[in-house]
Amino acid sequence: MNRTKGDEEEYWNSSKFKAFTFDDEDDELSQLKESKRAVNSLRDFVDDDDDDDLERVSWTGEPVGSISWSIKETAGTSGSAPEGREQLKGRNSFYTQLPKPTSTYSLSSFFKGRTRPGSFQSLSDALSDTPPKSYAPELGRPKGEYRDYSNDWSPSDTVRRLRRGKVCSLERFRSLQDKLQLLEEAVSMHDGNVITAVLIFLKRTLSKEILFRELEVRQVALRHFIHFLKETGDQKLLLDLFRFLDRTEELALTHYREHLNIQDPEKRKEFLKTCIGLPFSAEDSAHVQDHYTLLERQIIIEANDRHLESAGQTEIFRKHPRKASILNMPLVTTLFYACFYHYTESEGTFSSPINLKKTFKIPDKQYVLTALAARAKLRAWNDVDALFTTKNWLGYTKKRAPIGFHRVVEILHKNSAPVQILQDYVNLVEDVDTKLNLATKLKCHDVVIDTCRDLKDRQQLLAYRSKVDKGSVEEEKIDAILNSSQIRWKN
Amino acid sequence: MAAHLSYGRVNLNVLREALRRELREFLDKCAGSKAIVWDEYLTGPFGLIAQYSLLKEHEVEKMFTLKGNRLPAADVKNIIFLVRPRLELMDIIAENVLSEDRRGPTRDFHILFVPRRSLLCEQRLKDLGVLGSFIHREEYSLDLIPFDGDLLSMESEGAFKECYLDGDQTSLYHAAKGLMTLQALYGTIPHIFGKGECARQVANMMVRMKREFTGSQNSVFPVFDNLLLLDRNVDLLTPLATQLTYEGLIDEIYGIQNSYVKLPPEKFAPKKQGGSGGKDLPTEAKKLQLNSAEELYAEIRDKNFNAVGSVLSKKAKIISAAFEERHNAKTVGEIKQFVSQLPHMQAARGSLANHTSIAELIKDVTTSEDFFDKLTVEQEFMSGIDTDKVNNYIEDCIAQKHPLIKVLRLVCLQSVCNSGLKQKVLDYYKREILQTYGYEHILTLNNLEKAGLLKAQTGGRNNYPTIRKTLRLWMDDVNEQNPTDISYVYSGYAPLSVRLAQLLSRPGWRSIEEVLRILPGPHFEERQSLPTGLQKKRQPGENRVTLIFFLGGVTFAEIAALRFLSQLEDGGTEYVIATTKLMNGSSWVEALMEKPF
Repeated sequence: MNRTKGDEEEYWNSSKFKAFTFDDEDDELSQLKESKRAVNSLRDFVDDDDDDDLERVSWTGEPVGSISWSIKETAGTSGSAPEGREQLKGRNSFYTQLPKPTSTYSLSSFFKGRTRPGSFQSLSDALSDTPPKSYAPELGRPKGEYRDYSNDWSPSDTVRRLRRGKVCSLERFRSLQDKLQLLEEAVSMHDGNVITAVLIFLKRTLSKEILFRELEVRQVALRHFIHFLKETGDQKLLLDLFRFLDRTEELALTHYREHLNIQDPEKRKEFLKTCIGLPFSAEDSAHVQDHYTLLERQIIIEANDRHLESAGQTEIFRKHPRKASILNMPLVTTLFYACFYHYTESEGTFSSPINLKKTFKIPDKQYVLTALAARAKLRAWNDVDALFTTKNWLGYTKKRAPIGFHRVVEILHKNSAPVQILQDYVNLVEDVDTKLNLATKLKCHDVVIDTCRDLKDRQQLLAYRSKVDKGSVEEEKIDAILNSSQIRWKN
Repeated sequence: MAAHLSYGRVNLNVLREALRRELREFLDKCAGSKAIVWDEYLTGPFGLIAQYSLLKEHEVEKMFTLKGNRLPAADVKNIIFLVRPRLELMDIIAENVLSEDRRGPTRDFHILFVPRRSLLCEQRLKDLGVLGSFIHREEYSLDLIPFDGDLLSMESEGAFKECYLDGDQTSLYHAAKGLMTLQALYGTIPHIFGKGECARQVANMMVRMKREFTGSQNSVFPVFDNLLLLDRNVDLLTPLATQLTYEGLIDEIYGIQNSYVKLPPEKFAPKKQGGSGGKDLPTEAKKLQLNSAEELYAEIRDKNFNAVGSVLSKKAKIISAAFEERHNAKTVGEIKQFVSQLPHMQAARGSLANHTSIAELIKDVTTSEDFFDKLTVEQEFMSGIDTDKVNNYIEDCIAQKHPLIKVLRLVCLQSVCNSGLKQKVLDYYKREILQTYGYEHILTLNNLEKAGLLKAQTGGRNNYPTIRKTLRLWMDDVNEQNPTDISYVYSGYAPLSVRLAQLLSRPGWRSIEEVLRILPGPHFEERQSLPTGLQKKRQPGENRVTLIFFLGGVTFAEIAALRFLSQLEDGGTEYVIATTKLMNGSSWVEALMEKPF
């Protein structure tokens, strides 16, 4: 759907997209308030008895007697908050009925002899008269364990027995044909548990080549096998399998995945090096290369900066000690770090922001945004200014922002820039409505007043007059403009 | 104890009871006193089935969470490990068992796998030399867990990834097993409909399993009329959008786990008269259970959040009025009656107080500028505006380093709403994401591509507008207060998955053959024969009951939309919902992210 700008505006004004706020804000708010008030007043009325003995729940809401509650209770010494329990004891009449379980006191003996302890009467007791046979049949329950030594089971019998949880020896299936039939039977049952059991057997008794070859033509079994290898962490066999199947991208990703388990930065870097050149998709290939380069950089920067920081000679590190190591941080975070600690460095150093920008082809927008955030945080307003200043060949300067000046203002405001600075940038916002909104929100009075004057909007200026302080410079300025005969007001 | 499970059209307490019975039978096999060592993940789902009291009745005296090294001391005869079949847990169990052997009296070890025994895990135990230490090694088929009167979940986090990324069908097998259990309890389901590759697989497995059980004829009168199996990848769009129902927003903002939510405690601090109450402000999160057992919650959870405030305020008035009644009670009889109603009124007041606080917390989020901007972009995408170019808001989110999951959700949403992004746009987003969040996310991006959430447009064709128009996925006039269409759950967007269910029940899928062919995977219909005695004769005006199974996860907003359809006066169909996992866009994307081993 292509909408022109005008369309879009009209679309917003006539929008059917309702804001997700309460339909009638005030009304709704007051409704909630009202019910809250009602609730509170009721509380006053009935609060002579304790709130909490209504439901038997502990403060955390765990119903007393629930399983997770009981684990804490019976585990005794092993780590439950004692004060919480004391509190509970005091508040809860139910609790006091229970003996505190200790290892010497058997709870069961406490309940034995009572045929139907009132507080524990459950639905199950009430229902226990129903004949069990109505549900018994299919709630498959394997009967105990017993080994079967019969040698006559066919592959399909064997699989069926395995499925019922009986232990069967698979060893006597010696021929490839038998083994494959076993696998096919298992697959046709769809029972992942049995399929895996057969696969373990095949893995142990078949050569890799034959196993792979047979799995290739049995996709369901193959998928289970891959999942099994992932689960058991058999990385080597998994990689061999992908290689055999010529599933190169999966091979590459599986190999790459392993870096997540390597903590040591130097080793991780070396590992990432082995990933470069693996058959990733073209896009991913570039990302993996960048991943390696970034970590390599970070190791150098980290060593260098740790040294600088501990030497205590560099002002920036003294004033703003580092909160964490830069190792394994994302690229944008690294860029922010570089803009914060190494902003003025020449392009030749590894830690210079410009160098990072070039090496990783960081888009202008991203770069400016990050640099702005870093420099604003340091309240380096001159750097901020320089970021948006461009010179043409005649030497005239002009302000430009690839991210739009409204975003610049937002970021500056977030870093509590002084009004004077904010004002300059609010003025640079192109869209007049956005500018007015921002200026009003951030109390940049001059910008609001001048804009109203330029718009020849007498009404809005009058309205704004009521918002500025009585007798202030701003009020005077507004009055002067309102009284001016030079302006031909539009309203 | 779990009465809310029996409020619905199908009494799910029957399932819960069957599950409890099975648990008790296992516990009784291990005679004598016992301690249970829990896989922590399981305590949540188990909490929906049983309380500690049940275990205690069967001589469970101690409970621990599974941790490395030694087991804590416990003077019991049996140690039962209750675990999911995962290799890393086997290693811990082996460690426990081995360090146990060296001291004192011998004890009996048992292992209960949930939901299935695993030969792979047993192999691992064998390799570690401890397999022989276990007397009972069994499985507990906790496939489908009842969450509410109309809701079942397998709570299997990895199901989507395993099915759609790894091609491992184990969780589909569990789904089929769960369905067989349901049929054993509630009768054979005569009609099976499905859409998607996984749906087809599950239906095949069911047919096969049924054939194996031919010996025992199921003689239970069927409760369900239809089963609808739906692949999550038929509708990748819906979970990516921000849910706008009350329950959906609670889940989006705070995350609901096994029907519990943890909330910041400040708003729930007990207010006492006098100044002394304020001294010990709680610092621990406030935990609340959310289900239909709470009357007020059942009423508001499926409403669009914009309609919640007015309900709360109405309730407040009613409760105030009820408490005022005390002034009118003059006679002893009247006072007695008032007092007898007090507990109910107090519960209602407590419930109102909680939900007023939660609504305030949510409102803080939904009225923020950023939430509004995000929603605007989502709604633009879903209505088909500017999906083919780089989006400014997404760019800004990356520049300001908003949470990666939020960014990924939006980029995926744009991709799905454009049947894939233009190569240039995709490359641009990928580059920005990798440079800002770290190159290692190459792996995550690849996973998203493999799952179809993020992709380059092939053949330059965008099918989404056709799908949107035919299925009326975007509705211009939504009534959030008194909805007339399911699109109210996303304030304009009607969830595709639920629209498919709606169209299936009326007028039938034949009317949308063209769109069904565009959506991935086959669509099909199967019949399971019933003996003549069990065939249902529907009374005039009686609704059909459809069990709808989402393979790969379902969101609360979709559940709300289905409940809305169930409640329509002339709807004709009531739904019971089952899924592999209750999820939202964030937990979904997170499950697809690549983490260190």
